[in-house]
Amino acid sequence: MRPNSVVIELTPKFEKAAKQALENTQLRRNMGKATQTIRAKRAAVVGELPDWQALREAGRAIKERTLRHLDHYLLQLEESVKRAGGHVHWARDASEANRIITNIVRVHQAREVIKIKSLTTDEIRLNKALKEAGITATETDLAELIIQLAGEHSSHILVPAIHKNRSEIRELFMRTLGVKELSDNPKDLAAAARAYLRHKFLTTPVAISGANFAIAESGTIGIVESEGNGRMCLTLPKVLISVMGIEKILPTWQDLEVFLQLLPRSSTGERMNPYTSFWTGVTRDDGPQEFHLVLLDNGRSQVLADEIGRQTLNCIRCSACLNICPVYERTGGHAYGSVYPGPIGAILTPQLVGVEHASSLPYASSLCGACYEVCPVKINIPEVLVHLRAKVVREKQDHGGLKGKLDPENLAMQAMSRMFSNRVAYEAAQRMGQKGQWPMVKDGYITSLPGLLGGWTAMRDLQALPQETFRDWWRKRKKQEEKASE
Amino acid sequence: MSEAREAILARIRSALHDVPPSEQPQDSPVKRDYLTQGSTERAQLIERFTDRLVDYKAKVRHVSAEELAAAIAQSCAEHGVKRLVVPSDLPQSWWPSDVEILVDRDFSLSYDELDRSDGVLTACAIGVAQTGTIILDSGEAQGRRAISLVPDYHLCVVRADQIVDLVPEAVSNLRSAVLDHRRPITFISGPSATSDIELNRVEGVHGPRTLEVLIVVS
Ligand code: SF4
Repeated sequence: MRPNSVVIELTPKFEKAAKQALENTQLRRNMGKATQTIRAKRAAVVGELPDWQALREAGRAIKERTLRHLDHYLLQLEESVKRAGGHVHWARDASEANRIITNIVRVHQAREVIKIKSLTTDEIRLNKALKEAGITATETDLAELIIQLAGEHSSHILVPAIHKNRSEIRELFMRTLGVKELSDNPKDLAAAARAYLRHKFLTTPVAISGANFAIAESGTIGIVESEGNGRMCLTLPKVLISVMGIEKILPTWQDLEVFLQLLPRSSTGERMNPYTSFWTGVTRDDGPQEFHLVLLDNGRSQVLADEIGRQTLNCIRCSACLNICPVYERTGGHAYGSVYPGPIGAILTPQLVGVEHASSLPYASSLCGACYEVCPVKINIPEVLVHLRAKVVREKQDHGGLKGKLDPENLAMQAMSRMFSNRVAYEAAQRMGQKGQWPMVKDGYITSLPGLLGGWTAMRDLQALPQETFRDWWRKRKKQEEKASE
Repeated sequence: MSEAREAILARIRSALHDVPPSEQPQDSPVKRDYLTQGSTERAQLIERFTDRLVDYKAKVRHVSAEELAAAIAQSCAEHGVKRLVVPSDLPQSWWPSDVEILVDRDFSLSYDELDRSDGVLTACAIGVAQTGTIILDSGEAQGRRAISLVPDYHLCVVRADQIVDLVPEAVSNLRSAVLDHRRPITFISGPSATSDIELNRVEGVHGPRTLEVLIVVS
């Protein structure tokens, strides 16, 4: 049984969407500037920590422990939240989650709710469900507000409005917020949003959030943010509803000592993000007096069942893999056609909706391996990609008769997937590559699978820059950044 | 129990077919060989904490215990603060004269009153040098969350002995506040900020647009 929520209409062919994105030069300029800036910042603050690799390994191990005993930790979390005065709801899929949330809002007879940016609520398309129930959801993150006012989809996990420049935003605010005089200075634009949202924060009775962390032993939920809209939503309304994927759980409060270091440095390249809030159920006289936690499966238990794919659920949505990804930088997030873009989207979306519904996404990568290196919880994205490609091919084969079975792509993929399915073999291949003994591996990265990847070859044709091969460009980019960080 | 709950738990259990039933969570190894304790001298700690705060565009001053009250009054004057919110257990000796003090007695201040104030004065629970973070745990002289959020100016007093070096030390110090008392915790690292417009950092979005820190050194 497949969840029907990360909707298929949202998943056009990656190649087609990427071509359109590449033609949009404004988008390319913005993406280039943004990802470059974040990469440099991340590299600098990660370099500050002598124990970064130990933290990554601990992060991975904590997630592995959690996932291997997910039923145990979910039950513990449920008990802790209830003990602290909160309510816990379980949702098998998007429509169930939306029903639960809509009902809570209805009970309070609220016509309007305020929201903190949350990929999980995007995934279940909560805003649409609320709208159908006659409830207006106002996004309170600046970028999300911009996206919402423009009626678009986000292009980046962390900076969703990265495809819009300041004059476009100024024009949008003047048109939609009823502001008469406004410069295109980012400070003034932010002030306009502050003024618009302040009244909503002070008066709206119900807030909806996601969750970055949920601590099983205490029932504590954590949200990491920059703008303060999170604190507003978590503190001022009477009722708070938080929706979390079941994989967001951490066993103990102590585990935060790892994740509070991994997440900010990996995501915005800061030592610590401006604000992080933790709350445990309901606190008398402080913050919301009614708290609901919605635990969402929506395909996650299915990801869990795949021993290679399972590590995808380690993801803490930092977006480091997006910022490092040459394919993402050149095409922008919209091209992935899913809520989760970039390398993480390329492995998560097909697993959540089933490879048959997003079969081009596992090909949206050059398998260069950079995403694995930066991932703070050590998700071996190339390994999962290759595994999923094999699944796509198998799917084709099962539905494509004899021709499919003898497809050279299929046969080669099977061999590759055997190699990648074994961490030791994969790492050995990388090492061999460093010594130049393995044809597909150069400079320690898995560079290409020669002749195999129809989907990717098509992409490469689309995105070659004049007089510069993809490899040259990538190498040059690396060099420039090394120089810049010296 | 709900049908969805049972269904999800059943799906998870069948998904974990490779985990032996006898395996306990702690059998899945977690090596914690990262740094958990800093080794920095106190004077250096204060310096680093200060540097990192300044890095975030927070204003920082070092004062002695005797100078504190005067420093608070001076900061308020510099920021044109006429109506200052304070938690009810803030030492009265900190109250600046010439300023209307709005005491959040029994959490009685309305959001509107907070919104119309010019600033808030609180203590804190912990300062983290490594990241320039101030942590509020709703404990002594900190008040409820709303009072340090709605006003546009936050003046925060940190005692030098509250500063720890590393994030793990802070997390460990908060354990009792979370597990025994279920108190809300807020980490503040500089004023709120956004980089959503062409990645230009703008300080001060929804929280207090100005954060000022007085470090009390002996
Ligand atoms: S896959 Fe790793 S790098 Fe990418 S968003 Fe998730 S945690 Fe971050």
